[in-house]
Amino acid sequence: MKDIADLVRHHPFAEGLDEDTLALVAGCAKNVVLQPGDYFFREGAAADSFYLVRHGAVALETFVPGRGTFTFLTVKSGEILGADWLIPPYRSSFDARAIELTRAIAFDGKCLRGKCEADPRVGYEMMKRFIPPLVKRLQSARMQALGMYDAADA
Amino acid sequence: MPQTLKACTSPPDPMAPRMTPVTRFIRESEDVFTLDLAPERATPFAPGQFNMLYAFGVGEIPISISGDSQAPERLTHTIRAVGPVSAALGRLKAGGRVGLRGPFGVGWPVDAYKGFDVVLIAGGIGLAPLRPVIYWLLRHRAAYGRIGVLYGARAPDDLIFRSELEAWRRTPDFQLRVAVERAGPDWTGDVGYVTPLLSKLRFDPRDAVAMICGPEVMIRATALALEDAGVADSRIFVSMERNMKCAIGHCGHCQFGPLFVCKDGPVHSYDRVRNLLAYREL
Repeated sequence: MKDIADLVRHHPFAEGLDEDTLALVAGCAKNVVLQPGDYFFREGAAADSFYLVRHGAVALETFVPGRGTFTFLTVKSGEILGADWLIPPYRSSFDARAIELTRAIAFDGKCLRGKCEADPRVGYEMMKRFIPPLVKRLQSARMQALGMYDAADA
Repeated sequence: MPQTLKACTSPPDPMAPRMTPVTRFIRESEDVFTLDLAPERATPFAPGQFNMLYAFGVGEIPISISGDSQAPERLTHTIRAVGPVSAALGRLKAGGRVGLRGPFGVGWPVDAYKGFDVVLIAGGIGLAPLRPVIYWLLRHRAAYGRIGVLYGARAPDDLIFRSELEAWRRTPDFQLRVAVERAGPDWTGDVGYVTPLLSKLRFDPRDAVAMICGPEVMIRATALALEDAGVADSRIFVSMERNMKCAIGHCGHCQFGPLFVCKDGPVHSYDRVRNLLAYREL
């Protein structure tokens, strides 16, 4: 049976992470399994965790009164879920709902922030792994906001 | 020596529309529809070529052929109704008529890349000009390596060719990922921008050809992402849209730097147009 450090090691997030740092951050982690329809976190709730999705799919959603619930991003195997744990006031901006059976590694945000504060080298390793996907999501969100598929025609 | 009169024939005038009946109208989504046309005689075309469709009394627009190039007795066009001509075409039904000129232009290089992995990326109505490539690849499946198709649309209701998307999804050795920009809770597919899904496709970038059709902003971002993945810019092909009028390189409306999109394109290799795409004045 794999321990939690093994699970972290095999996620793309941990690629290139040295064993000491991996063991350190794995100390803040636990394995979770969510059924379809279960929520990882809800909008407005404390953002005390982030997740490495191992298998499955998660919809990031928001509710628009009078129009219903909208999904604006899906997070799938090999990706990270949750960024609000990084910045005060550590409050979730959206809902995150499993849309299929989803296995993930959950990290205690407060625990990991503490380790990053204590050892900036760990903090830098975490930053190097968080910033690229977040920047890519920002770029994608801008493209989506432009509504490019509404191209003009004759 | 007795003289005989020879029939006086001249090549068909490329500027003269041929009256062509509509045999089928298919509603694809709220603003997209497909017209099947039955030309007087079989009209061979290459995937990626386009025709000029004339809505009588309204005007003429270039529309890529979205049907099967192996069935040239029927010409299929998929159109988004956003302007007066496309809206007029959208009011046609089976039995109606359009003016048809074509086919014109340079299509996708499907024959030149046998043995390669093939990656197709379509945005919105851009799936229509790539559908003939998909038909071609499926008919000649053994001649190609891995095949991957990415298709991005605004929302699930805007997806076109839905029954075929389902069929392609079930096709062995055929990777299909569909991403929408926003969806309701019933949608279990990908939500987000289409380009990041490239990382989910299995293909060898050193041995792959890519074809992109969609909004120009998407073309630029996707071509760069393909290059970052290792695909040579000479093996990335893009379908350009410009203001095509005559379709035979005479009028100059579609001039794009040194190129005429109607005659030299609409499909171009990215290494040929990448610098031109940076000029906003073009």
